[in-house]
Amino acid sequence: MSEHPVSLGALAQPRVSRRAFLKGSGLLVGTLWASSSVLLALAPSPSWALELKSLDQASATALLQFCRRIFPHDKLDDAVYALVVKELDEAAAKSAETRTLLTEGVAGLNRAAGGNWAAAPVEKKDAVTASLAGTPFFRKVQGTAVVALYNNEMAFAHFGYEGNAFQHGGGYLMRGFNDLKWLPNPTVQASPAAFGV
Amino acid sequence: MTSYKHDDNSVVVIIGSGAGGGTLANELCQQGVKVVLLEAGRRQSIGTFINDEWAAFSQLTWNDKRTTSGSWRVARDFPNLPAWICKTVGGTTTHWAGASLRFQEHEFRARSVYGGLAGANLLDWPLTLQELEPYYARAEDKMGVTRTNDIPGLPGNNNFKVFYNGATKIGYGATTGRMAINSQPRANRASCQQFGFCFQGCKTGAKWSTLYTEIPAAEETGRLELREGCHVARIEHDAAGKATGVVYFDANGKEQRQKARVVCVAGNAIETPRLLLMSASAKFPDGLANSSGQVGRNYMRHTTGSVYATFEQPVHMYRGTTMAGIVQDEAHLDTKRGFVGGYELETLSLGLPFMAAFLDPGGWGKGFAEAMDNYVNMAGLWIVGEDMPQESNRITLHATEKDQWGLPVPDVHYDDHPNDIAMRRHAYRQSTALYEAVGAKKVYEVPPYPSTHNLGTCRMSARPRDGVVNKWGQTHDVPNLFISDGSQYTTGATENPTLTIVTLAIRQAEYIARQMKSRSL
Repeated sequence: MSEHPVSLGALAQPRVSRRAFLKGSGLLVGTLWASSSVLLALAPSPSWALELKSLDQASATALLQFCRRIFPHDKLDDAVYALVVKELDEAAAKSAETRTLLTEGVAGLNRAAGGNWAAAPVEKKDAVTASLAGTPFFRKVQGTAVVALYNNEMAFAHFGYEGNAFQHGGGYLMRGFNDLKWLPNPTVQASPAAFGV
Repeated sequence: MTSYKHDDNSVVVIIGSGAGGGTLANELCQQGVKVVLLEAGRRQSIGTFINDEWAAFSQLTWNDKRTTSGSWRVARDFPNLPAWICKTVGGTTTHWAGASLRFQEHEFRARSVYGGLAGANLLDWPLTLQELEPYYARAEDKMGVTRTNDIPGLPGNNNFKVFYNGATKIGYGATTGRMAINSQPRANRASCQQFGFCFQGCKTGAKWSTLYTEIPAAEETGRLELREGCHVARIEHDAAGKATGVVYFDANGKEQRQKARVVCVAGNAIETPRLLLMSASAKFPDGLANSSGQVGRNYMRHTTGSVYATFEQPVHMYRGTTMAGIVQDEAHLDTKRGFVGGYELETLSLGLPFMAAFLDPGGWGKGFAEAMDNYVNMAGLWIVGEDMPQESNRITLHATEKDQWGLPVPDVHYDDHPNDIAMRRHAYRQSTALYEAVGAKKVYEVPPYPSTHNLGTCRMSARPRDGVVNKWGQTHDVPNLFISDGSQYTTGATENPTLTIVTLAIRQAEYIARQMKSRSL
């Protein structure tokens, strides 16, 4: 795993382990987009890899693409979506039932896309995604993604949420809690000055 | 460390250490009463609180299994999480936002003032505002409520600036409100540093919580024994129908029996009626103190909802107090609006993780993604209004589902009353107008979150046949059994409930101590 688990969440720098080869399980790899400047600043390396515990590489890739259509943030790097795949992969490793749900779900995606879901055009992907809404497979991926996609440092950096204030410099009293300039300030009766400021 | 024997039947046993139970414990100890305080959760501190929404949720929330039924959307979105309340020393005072508003005079007379509303089980409180005023004053002083006792208001954050300007433009007045958050150092607690994690446990202790005010003050008297990790399974009684003590599972899962002179229940409005129902016996076949049949009924949760709006420019609403401002212009009674009761608008912010979870539960696709893409440019508010008590909105024991102790899980049933729906619609419309007045690009009407205001399930009544407790919170049926939390509420009023729960607890403590002195208890 990465030596920088906080900055890049669960994703590692690429390192194909002997164990992964022996097991025949997969590795999901990627490179941070050149446009992902806030993530590049956080990451020790632009390359990332996720060693899969249960799913194969093709399924992991398909699930990543499925997450991209459920929560379509066109400018959000694959590396963040990969964190959802990591959660799904771990759930599949823990439960045969979940693994079946996911692998059959991916098979369904491929069928619906006429063979290769991951390579299908976006319009086709969106139509297939909409047709699956409400199914147990969709709900599993959506329910996992709605937490995992938005609950990590990379997502915080991307969306502009500053996260753990206590760890990152303390309260906002002296760092911008009332720095909005595009509207007039309230009266002092409505909003008195801060103590000690 | 004070410790009492299990067979010591001279102690008052209080179940729950939140706004009601924690305050009652301290007030009794200050008057010389011996108290055993049983808390199901574990003790945290400002040092162990976490500025991380999901991690703090796991640390503080009551996550034991519950089920839901009824037509409310929470039952669909969060079928096993009807309420967002806490299981920890200090209870939900660790999580609350701090708004501390007194009831309005007419809200104690809901049946008389609102009249007979079809489907609503309205009743007047056996109390008046005038009777409560001195206790409200003591509660405000104890909690350090801003804009009372010469305490200045808090400074407004960015979310407040948007709210204030929108409110002003549509003819409302907004202020940073009355909050139990120190705007300056007071009572050995620091002033607010605007962390923005009020819901996750205040890291400076500026926000009032029984965890670091009432409970240590009670411990200092040498009369309090706090037992954490103790889940009460039933209350026992003797042949004469007096409570004799409680049976609970301790932190090691071992069953214990604590004798008591008086038992006070403050487990919040789901666990409190659940415990009375689980304490059914040959003498009390429908549950303890339930001769009225009202235990568990009239469950109220406030008519809530949120409105978030996105703007062209940044807001960073998550910086600073979670609830930073209040509009009370719709809190009064005016039936011309098409409903009885009133509502408040209060700013609210969620961090990115909880915005994803609560914006549109189950939501997905381009619209959802677009809202999240604009997170930095988002402002938000919460609606809190009076909902109607209905007999069929109730807590019952599940027929088959059991919790980790083998006890039946509570089911929470709720249907909106037409009055609730009309009020929410009005509040959504006004909130939308408020944000559009300052240039909102898009406005999101967000459905109610799991309930943090849980009320009314052991309601106060003048007559025993109408409710569970009298004006002191003493059960009509069992004289040494008290209800000490929001379950006592006869009707919900529009205001956030904590201040009134604390007020009732201070008053109840006086009554209990007096009755014990005169040997009436």
